[in-house]
Amino acid sequence: MDKFALLTATAAPLNVANVDTDKIIPARFLKTIKRTGLGKSLFADMRYAADGSEKADFVLNQPKYRHAEILVAGDNFGCGSSREHAPWALLDFGIRCVIAPSFADIFFNNCFKNGILPIVLPEEIVAALMDDAALGTNARLTVDLEAQVVVRPNGTRIPFEVDAFRKHCLLNGLDDIGLTLEHTAAIDAYEAKIPAWQPKISGSPRFTERKK
Amino acid sequence: MARTLFDKIWDAHVVDRLEDGTCVLYIDRHLVHEVTSPQAFEGLRLAGRKVRRVDATIAVVDHNIPTDADRLKGINEPESKLQIDTLEQNVAAFGVPYFPISDARQGIVHVIGPEQGISLPGMTIVCGDSHTSTHGAMGALAFGIGTSEVEHVLATQTLLQKPAKNMLVQVDGVLPAGCTGKDIVLAIIGKIGTAGGNGHVIEFAGEAIRDLDMAGRLSVCNMSIEAGARAGLIAPDETTFAYIKGRPYAPQGADFDAAVAYWRTLPSDEGAQYDKIVVLDAAGIAPQVTWGTNPEAVIPVTGIVPNPADEADETKRGQMQRMLDYMALTPGQKIAGTPVDVVFIGSCTNSRIEDLRAAAAVAKGRHVAPGVRALVVPGSGLVKKQAEDEGVAQILIDAGFEWREAGCSMCLGMNPDKLTPGQRCASTSNRNFEGRQGPGGRTHLLSPAMAAAAAVTGVLTDVRELV
Repeated sequence: MDKFALLTATAAPLNVANVDTDKIIPARFLKTIKRTGLGKSLFADMRYAADGSEKADFVLNQPKYRHAEILVAGDNFGCGSSREHAPWALLDFGIRCVIAPSFADIFFNNCFKNGILPIVLPEEIVAALMDDAALGTNARLTVDLEAQVVVRPNGTRIPFEVDAFRKHCLLNGLDDIGLTLEHTAAIDAYEAKIPAWQPKISGSPRFTERKK
Repeated sequence: MARTLFDKIWDAHVVDRLEDGTCVLYIDRHLVHEVTSPQAFEGLRLAGRKVRRVDATIAVVDHNIPTDADRLKGINEPESKLQIDTLEQNVAAFGVPYFPISDARQGIVHVIGPEQGISLPGMTIVCGDSHTSTHGAMGALAFGIGTSEVEHVLATQTLLQKPAKNMLVQVDGVLPAGCTGKDIVLAIIGKIGTAGGNGHVIEFAGEAIRDLDMAGRLSVCNMSIEAGARAGLIAPDETTFAYIKGRPYAPQGADFDAAVAYWRTLPSDEGAQYDKIVVLDAAGIAPQVTWGTNPEAVIPVTGIVPNPADEADETKRGQMQRMLDYMALTPGQKIAGTPVDVVFIGSCTNSRIEDLRAAAAVAKGRHVAPGVRALVVPGSGLVKKQAEDEGVAQILIDAGFEWREAGCSMCLGMNPDKLTPGQRCASTSNRNFEGRQGPGGRTHLLSPAMAAAAAVTGVLTDVRELV
């Protein structure tokens, strides 16, 4: 996972509430066995017409937002499915930070696993950042994770909250699995106490395949 | 201190606590499917890691497989075939138990878990799919995870998590005839909204929930994610124990008795505290149908399509108008009587035998309306067989419904069962998002009985007029 520390970039405004993961990446694009290459399908149904041409009015199709690295979004961003293809598509497009009044839980969690920082800010502040973002490349936002502030183009510093553990992992690009494996002895001890009545999905049912 | 059902399951699975309160949480059951697992297995392979507990893991194909009878001859769509082949290579390489499509036990991952007795009370259950919340009906803490966490569970049998908040949704009273668990959960989402449960685990309680059979409870918990909840839970009781007894992977004999003794300790203690409480009266619930493009845009079938002009908030007003435009509905029109092109009975929400029986009860002696395509997709090969043995299948076939093989089918538009642009569908699935059932498709969520009523009349219909 790439580290996230300090980002100064163009922010794209997407002032829509309840942007679900089917909107971020429709299910027909999930038939991949890779994490990469999904950027071209990001927001596919909002971004492309039926014939595959770009819809000129969609924010990320506008020249000034083609290289946006921050997305300012509406309430309950990322609701719906657990597909990690949603943050993968954002990341592949180049988005490293999403700012919204609220996020759906699974999406929020998935962002941190992929080096994307989701920031929750009050609705009126998000509205102000949305206005900043509307100015395009002339108004870059700075996101400083170490200091936990978003700096507006006018210099105003907006503090934000982030979970200490997740911040640590993002700043250092740490792999969760490696961290958890440091607790292997505790996991072993836990497993030794699982009650005997709890069944195992034992044998491999593959070998007891039924005839139709 | 008095604890909730959620608190008890959580506490019983904490392996270790980090300084900031993050827990290493033990996972009892991991369900794996073809769409969200390939990158996770690839991650294991790259790091030289094994699956820590293959005996707590089960894999199945459901999302992108076709549901026609010819599928056993091979999968035509190359990308779907690649995902299925990849899963089959991965389960073979890592030794994970697996139900292939040639196995009668194959089905939707959230149907087969309870059906096989794999999902049990008091367990922690995860899957790379948001509708994992379904298994909460067993009295288990069950939630969807992303692919990074799928890899994390495969490698460590744990997750790094912080506890959710507790929310109680109490549904008092007796549910009127013609209504189901699906109507209860749609009514709840209509009340609390799609973000109403964010950050919380919802425990569903009250007389109307207790009165539901397991199929109804599974529908309720299934859609707790549509209210934004991390998970849904229903306390295990005699209905739960009777359902589990004798299932293939459930504890047997003395082990079953020991398990039940433990399961009886799980329900929330008297006086347990919740961060949020919502109370509903079941008697006030009528059969529900969605009119918009998220599940909170729901009304009783007796209702009218709302008018954006009545909404004070500008953002919400714009959103409503966009929904109406997409759904091609007019404010003030009665929702009943809206013509449908397709009826879909299936999905992890409503594809169990009880759901198919309810649809058959309405379809019996009637016929699918001219011009309507009606699909019935059982949740598993075993549900399909039971429906065929009971005569439920024949009633539906005689009434003109397509009788298909088990899978996710038209719930999510990633297999051949899809809506075409502009088609309107009465669907027993769980999401009515734009394009969810196929680009440009229009979805009305409702119960299986309501879906059958729409099929035989050709329009959205109050099922109570037909029974």
